[in-house]
Amino acid sequence: MITRRFVAGLVATLVAAAVILVLPLFLSDTHEYRFAFVATFFIAALGLQILTGYAGLISLGQSGFMLIGAYTTTILSVDHGWHELATIPLAGLLAGIAGFLFGFPALRLRGAYLALATFAIPIAVIALAKKYSDFTGGGGGKNLTRVLTGHEAYVLTWPIAGLMFVLAWLLLLGKLGRSFRTIRESEIAAVSSGVNLTVTKTLAFGISAFFAGVGGSLYAIVIGFVNPDTFSINLSLLLLIGVVVGGLGSLVGVVFGALFIEYVPLYAPDILSWAEKPFGSPLDPQRAGAGAAVYGFSLLLVLFLAPYGVAGLLRRAYKSLAPSSYTH
Amino acid sequence: MPLLKLTDVRARYGQVAAVHGISLTVDDGEIVSLLGANGAGKTTTLRAISGMVATEGSLAFDGKPLPRKAEGTARRGITHVPEGRGILGELTVWENLKMGAYLRRDRKAVASDLDEVTSELPWLRARRDQQAGTLSGGEQQMLALARARLARPRLLLLDEPSLGLAPIIVEQFFALVRRLNEEQGLTVLVVEQNANAALELSSRAYLLEVGRVALEGASADLREHEGVRKSYLGY
Amino acid sequence: MAQFVQQVVAGLGDGAIYASLALALVLIYRATHVINFAQGEMGMVSTYIAYALIAHHGWSYWPAFVFTLGVSFLGGFAIHETVIRPLHRAGELTVVMATIALLVILNGLVSWIWQPDEKILLSPLAGGTWSIGSVAIPQQSVYDLIVVLVCVTLLWLLFRYTKLGLALRASAVDPSASRLLGVRVPWMLSIGWGFAAILSAVAGMLAASAQFIFTPGFMQVTIIYAFAAAILGGLESPVGAVVGGLTLGVTINLLGTYFPGQISPDMRLPVALALLLLVLVFRPAGLLGRTVVRRV
Repeated sequence: MITRRFVAGLVATLVAAAVILVLPLFLSDTHEYRFAFVATFFIAALGLQILTGYAGLISLGQSGFMLIGAYTTTILSVDHGWHELATIPLAGLLAGIAGFLFGFPALRLRGAYLALATFAIPIAVIALAKKYSDFTGGGGGKNLTRVLTGHEAYVLTWPIAGLMFVLAWLLLLGKLGRSFRTIRESEIAAVSSGVNLTVTKTLAFGISAFFAGVGGSLYAIVIGFVNPDTFSINLSLLLLIGVVVGGLGSLVGVVFGALFIEYVPLYAPDILSWAEKPFGSPLDPQRAGAGAAVYGFSLLLVLFLAPYGVAGLLRRAYKSLAPSSYTH
Repeated sequence: MPLLKLTDVRARYGQVAAVHGISLTVDDGEIVSLLGANGAGKTTTLRAISGMVATEGSLAFDGKPLPRKAEGTARRGITHVPEGRGILGELTVWENLKMGAYLRRDRKAVASDLDEVTSELPWLRARRDQQAGTLSGGEQQMLALARARLARPRLLLLDEPSLGLAPIIVEQFFALVRRLNEEQGLTVLVVEQNANAALELSSRAYLLEVGRVALEGASADLREHEGVRKSYLGY
Repeated sequence: MAQFVQQVVAGLGDGAIYASLALALVLIYRATHVINFAQGEMGMVSTYIAYALIAHHGWSYWPAFVFTLGVSFLGGFAIHETVIRPLHRAGELTVVMATIALLVILNGLVSWIWQPDEKILLSPLAGGTWSIGSVAIPQQSVYDLIVVLVCVTLLWLLFRYTKLGLALRASAVDPSASRLLGVRVPWMLSIGWGFAAILSAVAGMLAASAQFIFTPGFMQVTIIYAFAAAILGGLESPVGAVVGGLTLGVTINLLGTYFPGQISPDMRLPVALALLLLVLVFRPAGLLGRTVVRRV
């Protein structure tokens, strides 16, 4: 089991952990705050990686499960006096159950049909949140009572992110991970090797929704406010982009994905200004839409240059450094 | 000058080399067969000719180098009936036939060719609107041949036509190919695992083993060759 | 009764727009096995081009409409050649991601170039009604239905009776066999994208008229209905997409009219998707899709 690949993954993880530990010393409070968001996306994206990267089930519903987690935390802490931290496991659990239940009707759907069915999840959940406004604060949203500083948010979210990462790794280690990967390759092959499709697929949905719920819960705590429209399909797309950019099937890659989705849209106008300089800045980079165009273009660039994500690039770099000894 | 000349052709699928330097020729009006066991490189050789795989070496057709893309080789008059027949299953019988004439512009001649082909096989016209994928294996093979004829090829490549077919169908099929060769001068390069049938049909043959030409010569001679008889003819 | 007829006609008009976009999705899926998330935005860009021709360059409606269709064809063709084709080796998900990137880029570019404020692109029939007794038939809806049916019919004729159409269908069915027959398959696939772009341009321009005002995001809800319609009909069934779109339009309209309490405008979309999910549970390949038997 101690293969070269395992060692490489371990080293990468330790390096990342070290960086994350040390980073607060160099970041201002605002930046720490932003980085805390990266952690919440990271957790939700981790769940999506399990579902899509490992089990091969494309889902656009992750933001809907985040919403469930976020609102669980909000309602419990604001209306029922729970301590925010205590709500996190329950938020994950409720989201996880919802995901698990969704797995049943989803059993019969494959590929494109499944992806489009999952489209319905955030839309349905948002509509429900808006409808039962007495409970949820409706379209206007709901505020949480506690407000965190950037540093507090960072210290809260990243250890949990680390925990979830280890959890994901452990889950995927044994039989379950293999079952997921087999399903991704071929469902028929999976069944012939004794994989119970029903159990495995619903578990995949359930587990990934659990991660989304935890991510959503943390997101609510960090931002101090929930609003149904935050968890629209756009967020699901964003998470999917994060997983693909990081590299499908790579847990470590998800970090890069989370960084991409948090920072590229943020710095898009700056990137644009810099890119425009040689041309004399014909179009105002601050105008609406410019940032989005740059963000989309960066994504396209990544897809062209690194279709297997950052993890793929790293793997290629690693291969070129140690060509003869690399065994897949 | 031979119609088709391959000199030291190599071909690979990704990193795996399947053909390691094959040289062969086919003259106008000949039927030549490529024999060999599974994995010998026969199919790959055909695909190298029709431009479906990456190749190195010299491939000359009519004295000029062959294009390296399938669309190009088809345009030069090479019709490749692939393994599994390449029938467009969701299209009708008639639509498949029409696709045979895809590259042709002479509508009147195409119409008369269609008449000729369907008069020999009347069921093609009778079942013209049937989905081609629902035909039996033998019928699909006949359809594939009819479709190939509509292209008026200068060189016909047949990949394992007898695969999965009952012996009597194979006989009928090869009889038709022989007749086309004798009456219309159709040049054929056929790949077959069924060495008996192939040697009876062709005038010359190449025996491939592990991506190389192991033996070549007149079919009659190969039929008498002891090694061939033991390994490939079964007696 | 009068209201029923009105709502059915209005529903058919909306449904025609969904049908056109759904058909574009099906066309692309059949040809290249890609779910083009950017199809709605492509239609949106086409609409803005038409708008620019009319509002900034003084063209009249019909010439602008037709010209936009031509430009859209080229745009769809180009997108397939430059973005989709190079990436298709990296896998289905990567290509889908690319369409998402396109979605974001197109939306951003349009906001940037034309500003996100409200614009107007009215067809000659917008707002008018025909009175037949006590029934007021919205002209726009009838117009939407006719235009889409004409486009769909023309496309059908092309696919069924022309050599190009046959080659397009062959390329989708078996690209490798088609290449051996001499078809330039990648070219064909790009042409398929071009036709899909025409359909989404039609949907966009009609929707802009139907909604009276539009902004860069105006196709984002329509594309969801179109996906629902395409799936309902079966992603590989063109007939299904059209029938699905029309049915969806009429059903949503009628439900919204007769159950205004439960089905507020906000709830229309979730209801549509709930219906979709329901259908998929019993017929995973859509109502008219091919049921591939995989008892696994």
